Amino acid sequence: MPAVSATTPTIRKTALNAVHRKMGAKMVEFNGWDMPVEYPSVGGIIAEHNAVRNGVGIFDVSHMGDIRLQGPEALAAVQHISMNDASRLAIGQAQYSALLYPQGTFVDDVIVHRLGENDYLLVINAGTREKDFNWVRDNTRQFNCKVENLSDDFTQIAIQGPKGVNLLQKLTDADLSAVKFCWVTRGTVCGLNNILIARTGYTAEDGFEIYVPADEATSAMVWNQVLEAGKEFGAIPCGLGARNTLRLEGSLSLYGHEISDTINVWEAGLGRFCKMEKPDFIGRAALETAKTAGLKRTLVGLEMIERGIARDGYKVQDDTCREIGYVTSGSYAPFLKKNIALAYVPPEFANVGSTVKVECRSQGVRAQVVPTPFYKRPKRA
Amino acid sequence: MPYPTDFKYTKEHEWIKVDGNSATVGITDHAQEALGDIVFVELPKSGTEITKGKTFGSVESVKAVSDLYAPASGTVAEVNGELATSPEKINKDAHGSWMIKLTLKDPNELNGLLAAADYEKFVAEEGG
Repeated sequence: MPAVSATTPTIRKTALNAVHRKMGAKMVEFNGWDMPVEYPSVGGIIAEHNAVRNGVGIFDVSHMGDIRLQGPEALAAVQHISMNDASRLAIGQAQYSALLYPQGTFVDDVIVHRLGENDYLLVINAGTREKDFNWVRDNTRQFNCKVENLSDDFTQIAIQGPKGVNLLQKLTDADLSAVKFCWVTRGTVCGLNNILIARTGYTAEDGFEIYVPADEATSAMVWNQVLEAGKEFGAIPCGLGARNTLRLEGSLSLYGHEISDTINVWEAGLGRFCKMEKPDFIGRAALETAKTAGLKRTLVGLEMIERGIARDGYKVQDDTCREIGYVTSGSYAPFLKKNIALAYVPPEFANVGSTVKVECRSQGVRAQVVPTPFYKRPKRA
Repeated sequence: MPYPTDFKYTKEHEWIKVDGNSATVGITDHAQEALGDIVFVELPKSGTEITKGKTFGSVESVKAVSDLYAPASGTVAEVNGELATSPEKINKDAHGSWMIKLTLKDPNELNGLLAAADYEKFVAEEGG
């Protein structure tokens, strides 16, 4: 995880902070937030990770930010500041996208939800909340739409895993079978009316994210009811440690690692979410130029073939020990039971089957380029 | 988990059990708890000379990498090869999962190490 800036004014807490501590969570500072990294009493990162792959796990992701754009020109504003084509979204649909600088590099990656006719919700990363909001506000001034920072209004709880749908259905009147992946609905959840329910997540698994009022009492009530309802499915609380290994197995980007203000869309391999044919958007011209110029580096998946674990920031070398790139994220993968990593390397090393070395604590450990994502969830009926 | 009273402990959270000129080394229960799920152990080969206070290997959990510091100087006589394939044994039984056996260079080196009660106190004060 990236080091927290020394200028972070105070460490922030979600409304569930006391609940996590009471459950014996191991807490860490993450992007200025005091967050659970794991719950040793339920088994720790590996058990949490596998609960999500095999059953269901519950995460407090209230540190994520939310920006709402509403008004007659909300769509035009969203189109201008994001790379995916929001005009394709039906009401109730969501898409992965990104906010780009004019250089074609990342302000942040986002999920764009279309909540209504002229009503969009962008869900953004914790570490980039203020930066993102200021950037969205400053770059949408010419449009007739209201931009609101709702980041502190919600406790966001992620219910992730194949049994997530069974769990949440016990607590809501909304028909979840009618909600496809990457769609949203509203319904009563735990007796609370009109709760936003999104079938989204960051675990490469089926699942839901619910947005409930951020006061401590309501947040704790929902959290506890979700855990209670999940008992029959083996639901356990999960921390940021499992969240990271789950997203890494699914090759999902993390800001500050696979994407940043110095990495462009093509390098990050996110071209399929970038719609060059849609009306102009910030970053488009630079991406056009970058495409013609060709790639200098590209993101690849690595699997260690010798003993060793690649970690964030470790150097990647060719067979002659010449430095050619670096690891953006690396870990033991608890479900795949392999040591995996994402890394930037020059395109000539990016072919599946190519071997490189990762400098693990001054020792070159051989790794092989493998297809990504490392993990793809099985199709279920 | 109780800290065996026939072990000595370092402030870097290794334990050592001495038997005449030889000794057995591992990491403490507190260390395994702080690390979380252990997934990788790197140990020296038999015959390697190690020096008190210097690193002799490393242990990695899903989240963290931690150096192992030699509680005493000596020659590695035996390595617990089982930990290469089953590192999670350390989480289950840190004081029973030895890492290396040492032929000690100077048993007097152990004098500065902590007794069980003192180590327990040290861990409590460290906020662990």
